Amino acid sequence: MKTAAIAAGLALSSAAAATGAGKLEEGAGAVNFTAIAMFLVFVLATLGITWWAAKHTRTTKDYYAAGSTITGTQNGFAIAGDYMSAASFLGISGLVYTSGFDGLIYAVGALAGWPIVLFLLAERLRNLGKYTFADVVSYRLSAKPIRILSACGTLAVVLLYLIAQLVGAGTLIQILFGLPYHAAVLLVGVLMVVYVSFGGMIATTWVQIIKAALLLFGATILAFLVLSRLDFSLEALFAQAIDVHAAGRDALLPGGLVPDPISAISLGVALMFGTAGLPHILMRFFTVPDAREARKSVFVATGLIGYFYLLTFILGFGAVVLVSQNPAYLVATGDALRGGDNMAAIHLAHATAGDFFLGFISAVAFATILAVVAGLTLSGASAIAHDLYANVIREGRATEREIVDVSRIASLGLGLIAVFLGIAFQGQNVAYMVLLAFAVAASVNFPILFLSIYWRRLTTLGAVLGGSVGLITATAFVVLGPTVWVEVLGNAEAIFPYKYPALFSMTAAIVVIVAVSLLDRSQRAMQESAAFDKQYVRSMTGLGADGAVAH
Amino acid sequence: MMDDFYEKIFEDAEFQALQRRRSRFSWTLAAIMFTVYFAFIGVIAFAPRVFAIPLGPDTVITWGIPAGVSIIVLGFILTAIYVHRANGEFDRDNEAIIKRLERSR
Repeated sequence: MKTAAIAAGLALSSAAAATGAGKLEEGAGAVNFTAIAMFLVFVLATLGITWWAAKHTRTTKDYYAAGSTITGTQNGFAIAGDYMSAASFLGISGLVYTSGFDGLIYAVGALAGWPIVLFLLAERLRNLGKYTFADVVSYRLSAKPIRILSACGTLAVVLLYLIAQLVGAGTLIQILFGLPYHAAVLLVGVLMVVYVSFGGMIATTWVQIIKAALLLFGATILAFLVLSRLDFSLEALFAQAIDVHAAGRDALLPGGLVPDPISAISLGVALMFGTAGLPHILMRFFTVPDAREARKSVFVATGLIGYFYLLTFILGFGAVVLVSQNPAYLVATGDALRGGDNMAAIHLAHATAGDFFLGFISAVAFATILAVVAGLTLSGASAIAHDLYANVIREGRATEREIVDVSRIASLGLGLIAVFLGIAFQGQNVAYMVLLAFAVAASVNFPILFLSIYWRRLTTLGAVLGGSVGLITATAFVVLGPTVWVEVLGNAEAIFPYKYPALFSMTAAIVVIVAVSLLDRSQRAMQESAAFDKQYVRSMTGLGADGAVAH
Repeated sequence: MMDDFYEKIFEDAEFQALQRRRSRFSWTLAAIMFTVYFAFIGVIAFAPRVFAIPLGPDTVITWGIPAGVSIIVLGFILTAIYVHRANGEFDRDNEAIIKRLERSR
C-alpha cells in the first residue's frame, strides 16, 4: 500500500512536469528543461529514500526521532537544511540586492541565535526530551495544559511558516518551471505529505542533508563565479555595486528595514530568540543519541549556516553588479527584476554561467522549499499526534502503532490546510507571516522552554498564562502593526507603531510568567519547584535520558 | 530508585562544583555573544551612520561589513570553544563523578 501511494506521488510529479512542458508551447516561455530534469532526479532520489525510510520506520521513536541514530555531523547538516530556507537563500540575497547592508542585519541575526541555542539549550533539551520540546517543559509541570499550550505555539509557527513557504514556492515554481501556481502549490503539498507520512524523521532528515549539501554547493559555485568576474576582489565588488546601485553609497548604510531604534532592537530580539524557539529545529536535537552529539550538531550547523549567509551577501551584491544593469533580467520598464526581488540569485546564476547553471540553481531552490516544508509538517504532526493525541486525549494509553497512524493523518491534514491556504493567499504579501512565526517562537516557545530549564520557581499556571499572553500579544501586535493593518488591510495608520513585535510580546510573556509563578502558592506549585533538582541532575548528566538503546 | 540516585548526585559536592564551572563557562560565552550582538544591533539602532564610514581613504568598504562578518565568525569560534571543552573536560569529569557514585550506591 505504501509503495502504491509513493508511485501515485511520483506519477503526479511527472504529470505536473509534463504540464509545465506543455506551457512552453503555449508561449509562456522561460521553461528550463535542465531545471525540470534535475528537479525530477531530486524528487526520485528523495522518494527512494522515503521508501527506504518507510521500511525502517517501526516505532514512534523511529518516526519522530529517526531512532536517535543520526550522528552529530549529519544532524548539523540537517539543522542547516531546516534553517536555510528558500526564504533565506532567495530572500536574503534579494534583500541585499535591494537594500544592501540591511541584508547583513538579517544574516547576523539569523546566525547569532545559534551559539545561544548551544550554550543554553541544546544538551539539556536532548537530556530531558523525547520527541518534542513540550516533553521538556512538561517534565515537572502539569502535562495537559503545558502540552496544549506548546502544541498551539508549535502549530501557529508551523502553519504560518508553511503558508509563507508555499506562497513563495508557488510563485517561484511558476516562474522557474512555467507550472501554474495551483499545480505548483499542490505538487509541493503532495510531496511533503508523502515524505513525512511515510518516511517520518528518517526520510525528512536525509532530505534535509541532501538539500543542505546541494544548496551549499550551488551557492559556493555561484559566489565563486561572481568573484571570478571581479578578479576575486571584494573591493571591486562593492565599488562596482555602489556605482550602479540606486542608493549609491547609502547601499552600505543600515536603514530602510529598521526605520527606528525600537524596531532595530525588536528585530534583533525576534531573530535571536525566535531561532531558539522554532519547533522544527528544536525537534532535531532528539534525533541524535546523546548530549555530546547534540552539541556537535550545533557546531556543524553554525559553521554551515554562517558560511552560507556570508555567501548570500556576496550573491546579493554580485546581482547588483551583474544583473541589475542587464535589460534581459528586468521588467519592461527597467526598474525591477523579472519575477521580483527574490529572483536576484536565480538571475545571477544565468548571468554568470548560462542556462544549465540556471537550471541547477532553480532545482536547488525547489529542493530547498520541499525540504523545509517537510521539516515543518513533521513538527506540526508531532505536536498533534504526540502532544495532543497521545498525551492529552489518550493520556499516555495510546499504542505506538496508533500514534504513528495519527501522525500520518495529521500530516495529511496539515498538508491539506497548508495547500488550501497557500492557494487562498496567492499573490498576497505574506512576509508578515514569517515575522509572526518568529515572534510567536520568541514569545511562547522560547520563554516557557528556557524558564522550565533554568528557573526553579516556574509553575504550570505561570507558564500557561504567560505563554498565552505571548501568543495573543504577538498576534495582536502583528495584526495591528504597519505590515498587516496598513499594508494588507489598507488602513491609514498603524495602531501598534512597530513592525517587529517580539521585544514587547516576549517581555509581556516573561513578565506574566514570572509574576504568576511567584504568586502561585498552591500545593502543586510547591511540588513543581521541588521536582527541579531531579530535573536538573538529569539535564546535566543525561542519566535516565531517552537514548538510542532500544535497538 | 532513580529518584534516590538523582538526589545523591545532586548533593555531591564534586558534582556541584563541576556544574558551577560548567554554568560559569556557558554563561560567559553566552554573555560575550549577547554583548557583541546587541552592540551591533545598538549601532544600527542609534548610530547607523557609523557603519557607513569607509575603512580608509582608498576603499569603499565600510565598517559595518567587517563588523557583521566578524560576528558571524565569532559565533562559530565560540561554538567551537564550547564544544571542545564540553565534549572533553566536562563530559569526562561528569562521567567520573557518576561512576564513583554508582560504585557506592
